Amino acid sequence: MSASNETYTEDQYLEVNKYQPKSSSGKIANYVDTRVGGTGIVREFGRKVFPDHWTFMFGEVALYSFIITVISGAFLTFWFDPSMATTRYSGSYAPLQGLEMSMAYATSLELSFDVRGGLFMRQLHHWGALMFVLAMSVHMIRVFFTGAFRKPRELNWVVGATLLVLGLGAGFTGYSLPDEVLSGNGLRIIDGMLKAIPVVGTYISFFLFGGEFPGNEVIPRLYALHIFVIPALILILIAVHLFLVVTHKHTQYPGPGRTERNVVGYPVGPVYAAKAGGFFFIVMGVLSLLAGTFQINALWNYGPYDPSPVQAGTQPDWYIGWFDGVLRIMPGFIGNIPLEFVIPTPWGGNSIATPVLVPMIPITLLLLGVFVWPWLENWITGDKREHHLLDRPRNAPTRTAFGVAMVVWYLVMWGAASSDLMATHFALSLNDVIYWLRAAFFLGPIIAYLLTKRICLALQRKDREVALHGHEAGVIEVSAEGEFHEKHKLPNEHELWTLVSYEAPAPSGPQPNAKGKITALEKLRARLNRIWFEDRVEPVSREEYLEVMRHHGHGPSALEAAESRQAITAGTGSDSR
Amino acid sequence: MKALSQKRRHPFAFVALLLLGLLLTGGLYAAATTVNQAQASNTPDGFSSEQVEEGERLFVANCASCHGMNAEGSDAGPSLVGVGAASVEFQVGTGRMPMQMQGPQAQQKPPQFNEEQTSQLAAYVASLGAGPGIPDDEWLDVDQGDPARGGELFRINCAMCHNAAGAGGALTEGKYAPSLHGVDEVHIYTAMTTGPQNMPVFNDANIPPEDKRDIIAFLKTYEQQGSPGGFSLGFLGPVSEGLLIWTLGLALLIGSMVWLTSRSS
Repeated sequence: MSASNETYTEDQYLEVNKYQPKSSSGKIANYVDTRVGGTGIVREFGRKVFPDHWTFMFGEVALYSFIITVISGAFLTFWFDPSMATTRYSGSYAPLQGLEMSMAYATSLELSFDVRGGLFMRQLHHWGALMFVLAMSVHMIRVFFTGAFRKPRELNWVVGATLLVLGLGAGFTGYSLPDEVLSGNGLRIIDGMLKAIPVVGTYISFFLFGGEFPGNEVIPRLYALHIFVIPALILILIAVHLFLVVTHKHTQYPGPGRTERNVVGYPVGPVYAAKAGGFFFIVMGVLSLLAGTFQINALWNYGPYDPSPVQAGTQPDWYIGWFDGVLRIMPGFIGNIPLEFVIPTPWGGNSIATPVLVPMIPITLLLLGVFVWPWLENWITGDKREHHLLDRPRNAPTRTAFGVAMVVWYLVMWGAASSDLMATHFALSLNDVIYWLRAAFFLGPIIAYLLTKRICLALQRKDREVALHGHEAGVIEVSAEGEFHEKHKLPNEHELWTLVSYEAPAPSGPQPNAKGKITALEKLRARLNRIWFEDRVEPVSREEYLEVMRHHGHGPSALEAAESRQAITAGTGSDSR
Repeated sequence: MKALSQKRRHPFAFVALLLLGLLLTGGLYAAATTVNQAQASNTPDGFSSEQVEEGERLFVANCASCHGMNAEGSDAGPSLVGVGAASVEFQVGTGRMPMQMQGPQAQQKPPQFNEEQTSQLAAYVASLGAGPGIPDDEWLDVDQGDPARGGELFRINCAMCHNAAGAGGALTEGKYAPSLHGVDEVHIYTAMTTGPQNMPVFNDANIPPEDKRDIIAFLKTYEQQGSPGGFSLGFLGPVSEGLLIWTLGLALLIGSMVWLTSRSS
């Protein structure tokens, strides 16, 4: 379509000028269209086909939450003053009147109590932020477990992962702005983490805080990051992310008529545009409902920041929870041996804060793992083809099991951030909670891996069973000979397609390189490949299906129907290697 | 002085000295015993000797199995000599004592004794030795307190265990700092003066009665104001907020997604 625009013939040129709309709305529309080229845009994007499935909408939720957060955030900037200059509070919240505090905290209180609608907007902003990161996380989990990150979408997966990290940054910088005790404690932990970096840590901390913690520069700096740098980066990456989605076209779940070469769904215009637009307002409605009915970040409770107190129940927002949790489960001593030690140096010694540094290892591994996963997986599987059809999670047992293991690992660290509340609310000993979490940190992922893999394989076997013998109908029949058997209902075409169209290749073994040698790296790959593929349930093949149909003594008509079932051919044969 | 030194060998001098000595010791003893009596029968809390007697009877029947017949303590419970009336007011008045069972710490439950019996027990325990007493009403009058100052004191001294909003928090080995919502003024005060369970003692040198009143005023103001932003989610901060977005928030969204995609055609 854009190509036809480029070859703009003389006739077409004249025709544009000749066209005279009759109605006044037509005139306006034509005026705009001849100047912005709306027709071309609508023709290009309005015909874009998107498949319909509810799990495809989390990314949309993330986008809408982000927009809502930006709008409510803009409202907040009209009153919020990111200054650490001291003032005496004289607003309408009685329990803080007359106290010395920073302008940042005073204006946050003003927003909460003296600006009409300010508290609602603050809560909307905060709930929106929680929802933004939540939606990105769930979206990422969906993409992972359905294999949507595979070629050609690896780079878009990286863009998405970067967006998630930026989301954490946006959230944390915002959480720190009101300058009350809670967020100050959060900053103190960040300060501690920075200072734990050997040799340069202190310098980095002094650089960030403009001197000794807390200083009086960090809030304005975080503000600049929070309202300008990070949102700008997020916006740019969202644009890239969506552009790539349009370029790649959307993935789809396997089903009748869906192949690697098409997209089955509805065009953007008019159905999808209307639905997506409406969905924005649903997300807005859900967030407004939360903001209007549930209190979030009651910053008037915490009081003006003072480095001395730390309050019970001090936690970060959920998405930073795993940083806090992993610090909580890391022991500072093993027996009587302190894990922190000092390297003697001519200038006095450098302390190595192992209890702070070691917890950063799992966090780094997980984050790094997210970024490199697409390449890691296709290196192991050796699968270099494009994929536009999604996997059902059970049909990629090893990936699903590994993913669940990593989710469990994350959940243990995340849960550990609420160890104190688990202890009080379930009447447990805090010490025991920590010991159990430590055990779960190491054992949880392993157990999750083994269990998930078995469950996936069992589900695949069940699918096979259903494809070949049908669903148990719950009707017991007695034959004339007195034999009992249960009636089975064969799956319909649609279901059969879903049940059989997947691949389960056998382990490929080490492949020699161009020089005919098998390198050590290749041996490692082959070993991982065997782990990946050795437990497999083969999909039902056409021959097998027909054989079973014949064996069951189904009449000729049933057999004929079975032979005509496209699913069997499409599922196993032509598309695989 | 000269006359005195000349007469020191007078035959009656010895008798006079003896008389003087007897008078002094007797007088001191009398003075001392009346002071003791004043503490026992007329303590600053204004307990009468009948209350003490009645309290002793209650004590022997309900408390002595752990605290000993004379409140001297045993393996099962500490000595109560010198813990003061304030301790009884707090422990018995909030139902923590008599203890339901041994555990990391005494649990709050509906009080087993009425106010009259509680003050009788308090009278008996106060009679065992000096200790923190029941505060005067003046120190419990929240109208005279300054909630802003009290809030500051609360955040510095109390919030690390009791949570910034007084919602309570965890301590080690199954112990915990309880929620302060709905706790009587007198129990907040006596908890500070006696330091029950794992709580430190905040005596009058540490936090003067005026400051204690400010803290109580803060807690009561806080209780009255409710939660301005809607449901409080237990005043627990980010954890309950995270839980809500992952349960209700996600459920509402998934519900609307399923609804939207189910009516595409």
